[in-house]
Amino acid sequence: MIATLVRWFDERLHLDDLIAPLRHKTVPTHRLSYWYFFGGITLFLFVIQVLTGILLLLYYRPGANEAFESVQYIMTRVQFGWLIRSIHSWSANLMIFTAFIHMFSVVFLKAYRKPRELTWVTGMLLLFLVMGFGFSGYLLPWNTLAFFATKVGTEIAGQIPIIGKPMMIFLRGGEEVTGATLTRFFGFHVAVLPGIVTVLIAVHLFLVQRLGMSVPPKLEAEWTANPSARREMKFFPNFALRELMAWYVAIGALGALAAMFPWNLGVKADPFISAPAGIKPEWYFLFMFQTLKLIPSKVWFVDGEVLGVLGCSLAGLLWMMLPFFESDKAPRTKVWITGLSIFALFYVIGMTIYGFLAN
Amino acid sequence: MCADHPPQPETSRRHAIEIFLGGGILASLASFIYPVLRFFVPPAVVDLGGDEVVAAKSVEMKPNSGKIFRFGSRPGLLIMNNDGTYRALSATCTHLGCTVQYRSDLREIWCACHNGTYDLNGRNVSGPPPRPLDVFDVHLRGEEIVVSRKREA
Repeated sequence: MIATLVRWFDERLHLDDLIAPLRHKTVPTHRLSYWYFFGGITLFLFVIQVLTGILLLLYYRPGANEAFESVQYIMTRVQFGWLIRSIHSWSANLMIFTAFIHMFSVVFLKAYRKPRELTWVTGMLLLFLVMGFGFSGYLLPWNTLAFFATKVGTEIAGQIPIIGKPMMIFLRGGEEVTGATLTRFFGFHVAVLPGIVTVLIAVHLFLVQRLGMSVPPKLEAEWTANPSARREMKFFPNFALRELMAWYVAIGALGALAAMFPWNLGVKADPFISAPAGIKPEWYFLFMFQTLKLIPSKVWFVDGEVLGVLGCSLAGLLWMMLPFFESDKAPRTKVWITGLSIFALFYVIGMTIYGFLAN
Repeated sequence: MCADHPPQPETSRRHAIEIFLGGGILASLASFIYPVLRFFVPPAVVDLGGDEVVAAKSVEMKPNSGKIFRFGSRPGLLIMNNDGTYRALSATCTHLGCTVQYRSDLREIWCACHNGTYDLNGRNVSGPPPRPLDVFDVHLRGEEIVVSRKREA
């Protein structure tokens, strides 16, 4: 029955040609192979975000007078609404976390080197966009924390010289964070970002397919010197089934977190109350937030804030250009890039912890 | 199972693993799909209307005219006849649920969607409507015209 259907399609569309590359695709097997799973897990969590996001759209209403109430309605009246929303929030955070792991694993395995520069650049763009998802989605429940996070976040964007102010007004839909901001962020979150991200994911995956899996430079040199030492497994079914297991573990962890630690809704946003004490951005912005806090208000004659924002933007841009600083001779790598990568990892982790502990 | 040919331990072990694996996957899928299906069902809306509503003030109404009023979550139609008596009916057409209107020129109730007509007793007289409109009770309480659901006798 199924075989007949498959044959029917195959006769017309020649599916065999399409899946042939997948059949021949192999994954290098070595002691660091498990880092290859994290891109797939991130993708899986993104799919969960799309599905639970569509479900939330059945009941969510954007608008300053309705957003908070509709999320409250989802969490208290709709059956399993609390679970769907909790999964959406938890999965968002886990997705950003696994995206960071994926990014740093690519850095330390040197997988960004020639010919995979564009895979790295699209990946970095995806990371920025995913953080944009986090930032825009955070406002949608229209609670106090979200309101101030958006106020501060858009204010920071406004610090950039010349283009900052117009950008802030564009993001806010006016001078202040109001219902107009909520409408915009809703549009970014459910239409603009998903569209761009879907296209970029397609390009990213195409590049991964096209270029195959990278092998760490040391191992690559060994394997080139001694080709019989090369170990690989078939992508399908060997690696795919392992990835499936990883997804299964991911959804298990996600379900457990969502059920045992349901996401809070907080208090409805009110533009005319003071910001609560100890207010902090989401953890994935914390290292930048803490950096900004540490810069004095005036450095020489430049505003500290401006310096911080420009510094962070420049660092992000240079980080995205990382492969272009690397040696393009196959097994060779530059030591200072490794040093810088270790520094970056410890800086991000350290500042995040510092941000959590600091008042 | 035949006693002469005991099953190969290999195949029976494989079979058991298949059952556990398949059962596990099915159970997981069920636990994913069940909450989603329940999530689809919108919670019942509380009908705040009750059984009685003030449809209009008597000063608002002119003879040979109709007015749509809110009866719970649905519209009702209040008609003042030429002799000064009132009538109230459900304004939801029994055909496909459009809201009907009073036609003072025809002295009939008319639905614009598919040209269905009802007489003033709510009977479907022409066009597609399959059933008569529900008729409500009307009584006056001072200035107020009060409409209530007919009590089942």
